[in-house]
Amino acid sequence: MGKTLAEKILSARSGNNARAGDIVIAQVDLVFVQDTTGPLTVRQFQKSGLKKLAKPERTAVFIDHAVPSPTHTLSNDHLVLRRFAGETGAMLSDVGEGVCHQLVAESLARPGDVIVASDSHTVTAGGLGAFATGMGSSDVAVAMGLGKTWFRVPESIRITVAGKFQKGVSAKDLILHLIGRLGADGATYKALEFGGDSIKEISMSQRFTIANMAVEAGAKAGVFPADELTRDYLSEQGRGTDYQPVFPDADAVYEQTMQIDLNNLEPTVAKPHTVDNVALARELKGTKIQQVFIGTCTNGRLDDLEIAAEILKGKKRYSGTRLIVAPASRQVLMASLEKGYLQTLIAAGATVLPPGCGPCLGLHQGALGDEEACLSTSNRNFKGRMGNPRGFVYLGSPATAAATALAGEITDPREVM
Amino acid sequence: MLKGKVHKYGADVNTDVIIPARYLNIYDAVELAKHCMEDIDEDFLKRVAPGDIMMATTNFGCGSSREHAPMAIKAAGISCVIAKSFARIFFRNSINIGLPLLECEGAVDNTETGDIMEVDLSSGEIKNVTKGLTFTASPYPDFMTEIISSGGLIEYTKKRLTSERV
Repeated sequence: MGKTLAEKILSARSGNNARAGDIVIAQVDLVFVQDTTGPLTVRQFQKSGLKKLAKPERTAVFIDHAVPSPTHTLSNDHLVLRRFAGETGAMLSDVGEGVCHQLVAESLARPGDVIVASDSHTVTAGGLGAFATGMGSSDVAVAMGLGKTWFRVPESIRITVAGKFQKGVSAKDLILHLIGRLGADGATYKALEFGGDSIKEISMSQRFTIANMAVEAGAKAGVFPADELTRDYLSEQGRGTDYQPVFPDADAVYEQTMQIDLNNLEPTVAKPHTVDNVALARELKGTKIQQVFIGTCTNGRLDDLEIAAEILKGKKRYSGTRLIVAPASRQVLMASLEKGYLQTLIAAGATVLPPGCGPCLGLHQGALGDEEACLSTSNRNFKGRMGNPRGFVYLGSPATAAATALAGEITDPREVM
Repeated sequence: MLKGKVHKYGADVNTDVIIPARYLNIYDAVELAKHCMEDIDEDFLKRVAPGDIMMATTNFGCGSSREHAPMAIKAAGISCVIAKSFARIFFRNSINIGLPLLECEGAVDNTETGDIMEVDLSSGEIKNVTKGLTFTASPYPDFMTEIISSGGLIEYTKKRLTSERV
């Protein structure tokens, strides 16, 4: 009987014949924290009596959620993290480098890795064939010190993709559509495994978008095979030697199989206040939007800024709609300057923030006013998420975001392309 | 034996509403608890008494991995959470910080806010005293019981580290 991607990776890292439902102790290849949950992780690490990191060279500390720091109390948290990295030898990624998940994808995650971090969107690295999952501060503290943790091997839901994305449609529409079908808890305790004939139609950046939001259906991981696209991406990042092919067995056993025909997808939006509350963008025409945000670990990459720039080129944002753009990393920021995307967006009326999480989680920059609505390319639209329980967050693709910024109301991007 | 009145919520109660991100740099659990549930239930803190039981339907604790969420619930006085299902990171976090969780569909379907409940964690027996009904929750795997009885993952690890040295 063959194995799913999750079973294969967890078998290799636990030394057991790991099958769905088993509880295994697996080696952890990369562990990281960020600045909202990291300080608690440091406290738990110290409290537990652990002294040293099991693998300092594979432990990372990211300061990305509130950058540059908006308050002195958050600045003090940043100090805790810098000190911890200095004392333990962990890698430090400081203000302005970018969102942890993007940097992990660019520089650290490898196919076949087991990755844990104190952030639920750690699942992003599943885009390049890693088994990556979020945990809380105590679990991550112990994993940092022992270099291993326990897992219940998840059942997998196989998502088979066929066809081709049509104009104006991208990975964000796919994952919102899928979460709408699965529900916010449709994959709880499980892994989403993507495959099928058209997997090569989904670029690496788009795979990260899809894997990133697996957790919004409750999934423990969202995993793609590590194929030629993965190999090419790693080579472009100057780490071709990190590549190894990772594929599921042809006779792997899945709890469930679902088909998605890319040809049939349309621009999709999640309405407040749950991610599975989806509708087509065209059905929401007329919904007024006061703020558009393009960025985050979900959609702050070069191709995301490219499509937004294409739509906004030579045009101006609607006067009553603020447009905020935050590249996901310094690499994305530099490349989008070189390509002229940022200049185009700024000319169209965008406010550009430094690489980081930006307004996504309501800590600073771009908090909503009462009764205001934001169309965001991020991954969560929970009540209060953008800093105000009286605000409303809609989630959509960068193309939908750009079209919405032009019209001041939710707009199907195909209308303006 | 735990005993208290029930505070019942619906589906998909996420960790952003249990404790909003703007409070994540509070590390004193009692201070953190002062903001527990404030974005969805402003009066929760006025109603809650030590030992009370939180209840929800499905996918309780979805969203962010913040361990602050179970910390805030526990410090608010809640003795255990009963739901039809929990999000996985929240489940681990709660066990790790010593907040007991019980999965029991029947208890959730037959209980309302304000009902008095008794919970026996060792047997998984849940009694709705107000309605005179008894239910049984699914048991934990053994090693999880060990983490809970140690007082959480950090204490459990400390104990393990000490015994390894001996």
